[in-house]
Amino acid sequence: MNLQLFLLLAAGLFAIGLFGALSQQSIVMIMMGVELMIGGVVVGAAAFWRFLAPAASGQVIVVSAVVAMAVEMAMGFAVTTAIYRARQVDMTDLAKDLKD
Amino acid sequence: MEVALFWVLAVAALAGGALVFRVASMARATFALLAALICVGGELVLLGLPYLGVVVVLMMVMEMVIMVVFMVAYMMNPGGLMPMSMLHNKRGALVISAGVFLALAAGILLVPWPAPAVVLPADTTFQLGESLMGGQMLTMMTLGFVLLSTMVGATALVSRRGRYDRYGDDLDRRPADDPAGGGVGR
Amino acid sequence: MSDAAPWWSVLAAPALLVALALLAVAADGVLSARAAGRPFALSAVARPLLEVPRLLVAQPRRLPAPDMPLWRIGVVTVPVAAVLSVMVVPFGPFAVSGLSVGLVWFNAMEVLTWAGLWLAGWGPNAAFSLVGGYRYLAQGLAYELPLMFALMTPGIGAQSLRVGDIAAAQGGLWFAVWMPVAFAVHLWSVLAFGFTGPFAYPAGGDIAGGVFGETSGPERLLLSAGRWLWLAAGSAMAVPLFLGGGAGPWLPGWAWSLVKTVAVLALLVWARGRLPMIRADRYMEVAWVVLLPLSVLQALVPALVVL
Repeated sequence: MNLQLFLLLAAGLFAIGLFGALSQQSIVMIMMGVELMIGGVVVGAAAFWRFLAPAASGQVIVVSAVVAMAVEMAMGFAVTTAIYRARQVDMTDLAKDLKD
Repeated sequence: MEVALFWVLAVAALAGGALVFRVASMARATFALLAALICVGGELVLLGLPYLGVVVVLMMVMEMVIMVVFMVAYMMNPGGLMPMSMLHNKRGALVISAGVFLALAAGILLVPWPAPAVVLPADTTFQLGESLMGGQMLTMMTLGFVLLSTMVGATALVSRRGRYDRYGDDLDRRPADDPAGGGVGR
Repeated sequence: MSDAAPWWSVLAAPALLVALALLAVAADGVLSARAAGRPFALSAVARPLLEVPRLLVAQPRRLPAPDMPLWRIGVVTVPVAAVLSVMVVPFGPFAVSGLSVGLVWFNAMEVLTWAGLWLAGWGPNAAFSLVGGYRYLAQGLAYELPLMFALMTPGIGAQSLRVGDIAAAQGGLWFAVWMPVAFAVHLWSVLAFGFTGPFAYPAGGDIAGGVFGETSGPERLLLSAGRWLWLAAGSAMAVPLFLGGGAGPWLPGWAWSLVKTVAVLALLVWARGRLPMIRADRYMEVAWVVLLPLSVLQALVPALVVL
């Protein structure tokens, strides 16, 4: 186990999440992709903490990433619910015409 | 032992992550994501962060269980009994994400990383708690306010009813007119 | 600091938990026989236990298009999470794992029940089962936050997340004495994550058994086992957190742990038959408006005392 292996895992999770976030149409599925990307960030930050700088602030970055996950999910569902209630839409392609 | 555990968790995390976008059933997709994120928590424990690892597991289970409610509510095909494609620009997404992965991997493998740290803190949970309540207090308070404003903002966004619906036009109706009765007699 | 337990404790702890759960089932059989006015007889003890062989050989019942993998995962998760949760609970001086974040581990395993029960409701492809799964989530959102603060309170008092340290920190005074609110909330929430008694809402009779509705055979056995195992695990956890762990005169530590666990379990089994069922929407407001502020105040008490 070394830094590179953990970082490769983080990059893999990030890339899978990115693929999902870019290719999915449904807002809820995009959020799952974003969750996976932040999961990769969490692994990467923890690996940097462990192998390069085991100082407290490294752990705080992991905490911030986990908080970002929670905030992203809560606001994502709130926005989805609001859009769905207003327009019966839960797909990004249908929600892009913000004007009408 | 730890190396084997790393590989098992890593492969499971990547497989779970890939399954999220392969399965047709939304319930299965959500729980595949949950499996991937639980493996992420396991990797954190392996890295010597038991508190953060277990907290990630705890949070992600709750989060995914709430997520599955919304998945089933909003997706057209929650059970996956009628497979349909809900993708757009699949090839572009594949190219971009593969490119990002290759760039990251090249960076990871080519950068001359400094020698790994040898002295680890004795109790990482204590280290985190002390810094959050000491040097990183400002970060902690910011995160707290972010979470609080998220709660208020999300509730305000989804709530269909305002105070005029609850208390009447002159705000003098008591008790409030709520669709669901509460348990403390209001 | 708890001693390292011998290797066979990994097997002994689940066995002990199963034994406690069986004891609870037998006690419940006696209590319900008494409530029904039947004279006390050995059959009252045996009756619920005879369900085990019957369910093991019963013909499974299936609806069209069940989600079998998820259903199985859910049904297995509930008892397995209960067993995993007691791995950090010290039994006298021994704990299977002296994990430094045992308190959080217990909480995480308890939350796994949410996933397990929702999946158990989702799997069979039946409306009432799914309603039962959703009911458990609603109930979970209500009971979880007061429970988290109740678990945190002894941790603050002992300045440690290791369950063994928490038990050892109560040399002078049991935490139950000066953290009564946290103790009460914990016991009350044990009934909730055991989805029994006042919290049997996800398995309510009004939705034809809810999460239990479509289960049959071994699946039903595992799910009911999960319910009783959680009741036993929650009681076992209450002992090191609030009742001084294995501390006590004359008897060795493990005996005191056992006695206290059985006492808490007996109280819960008795309470489960005496309390009416609460709807999740009603309990939600009670939990968030009454119990949550009370538990926060309770958590403040050891924080001030320790500082």
